[in-house]
Amino acid sequence: MARIDRELDARRLLCPLPVIRAQDAIADMRSGERLRVVATDPGVKNDIPAWCRINGHKVESMDERDDEIVLIIEVEGFGAPAFTDH
Amino acid sequence: MSTQAKAVSLVSGGLDSMLATRAIMDQGIHVEGINFFTGFCVEGHTHAIRQEDRQKPKRNNALWVAEQLGIKLHIVDVIEEYKDVLLNPRHGYGQNMNPCLDCKGFMVRKAYEWIQQNDFDFIITGEVLGQRPMSQRKDTMPVVQRESGAGDLLLRPLCAKHLPPTLPEREGWVERDKLFAFNGRSRKPQMALAQEYGFTDYATPAGGCCFLTDKAYSEKLVDMWQHRSSRDYQLDDIMLLKVGRHLRPRPHFKMIISREEGEGKFLEGYRKQFLHLRTHSHAGPLVLIDGEVSDDDIHLAARIAARYGQGRDAEQVEIEVIALDEQHQMLQVRPFGQDEISPKWRV
Repeated sequence: MARIDRELDARRLLCPLPVIRAQDAIADMRSGERLRVVATDPGVKNDIPAWCRINGHKVESMDERDDEIVLIIEVEGFGAPAFTDH
Repeated sequence: MSTQAKAVSLVSGGLDSMLATRAIMDQGIHVEGINFFTGFCVEGHTHAIRQEDRQKPKRNNALWVAEQLGIKLHIVDVIEEYKDVLLNPRHGYGQNMNPCLDCKGFMVRKAYEWIQQNDFDFIITGEVLGQRPMSQRKDTMPVVQRESGAGDLLLRPLCAKHLPPTLPEREGWVERDKLFAFNGRSRKPQMALAQEYGFTDYATPAGGCCFLTDKAYSEKLVDMWQHRSSRDYQLDDIMLLKVGRHLRPRPHFKMIISREEGEGKFLEGYRKQFLHLRTHSHAGPLVLIDGEVSDDDIHLAARIAARYGQGRDAEQVEIEVIALDEQHQMLQVRPFGQDEISPKWRV
């Protein structure tokens, strides 16, 4: 199983908050590190992959079980944008 | 200025900001999007909660627009800072609790701070002169420029030709001749430009994107403020106003009654924060009680809760009451008849 460098519990948060929390977490991570996100809002199934595509990160896997969605994101390149406003 | 001019675009997910962004990208400017989450954004929330809406395809329109345009999007949580905009709007509210002019000034100010921190050159918005009664009038557009601090670093490509030239135009980063002179509430020019750009799929033009423009939501918000000692709010407070049927049978307590399974599941997440009721003998809603209640109040709430379950026509319905300390109590109640639910209780 791939190494997980950081965990994000985004359960009960509604979109776009899981995306914002993932974005904030990734802003502090390095290229090649992996973020595991657990969420309950089905909106994340579209929104987190969309955010990753436009910001140059990779969704390695997405699984859904018992109303929970688990995504593994690999931080790529130097694409993590400079989020300064939080 | 950097070699290639860089702009940040306020991307709402609607058509206008999509067009404005594309117009500036076509002039060779590097554009990135920014989207502010106030807590009142319609985007995503209710269709994530209600079961019937869960069947519909979901997308965050701001992210979708950014992907269509091939730009980065920065989503910024402004929930805390936005409280001051909502609670103390310098320019007042619109038809409901929408502080549109202050809100626009706030967002442009945040974008202005962002470009300073990230070495960008100017800001663009999809505003159209005369399109909105508060924030997009000839006399209020300069207010946004002035109060945000952005001044002439704020370019509105869709109606730029109606406005004095901004710095990006005067410096030649952007050709004014290639900007637009849209004006008024008609959507035809935007639709024609969308067609020209090949945009065939976009969010409902000029669709409301903020719960504060919604009459029913605003009434719930005002009711909440009227029954609390402070107008301060937390994200959970404003989220709960979007969910369920709200009844206030007595001034000191309110009931939040799920209307379907999706809402019930969502309200389940608040069980530890509220005394709540479940219908035990029949299928029925989950009901949160917001406020301090007596035994008589609980009995009243139980009869109301029974009215909204499948036992509404039964002689007796068994209601389970779960207190904050998780103590359970069973009540046998006669459901209220339809005419016993006072219209005045509805929030």
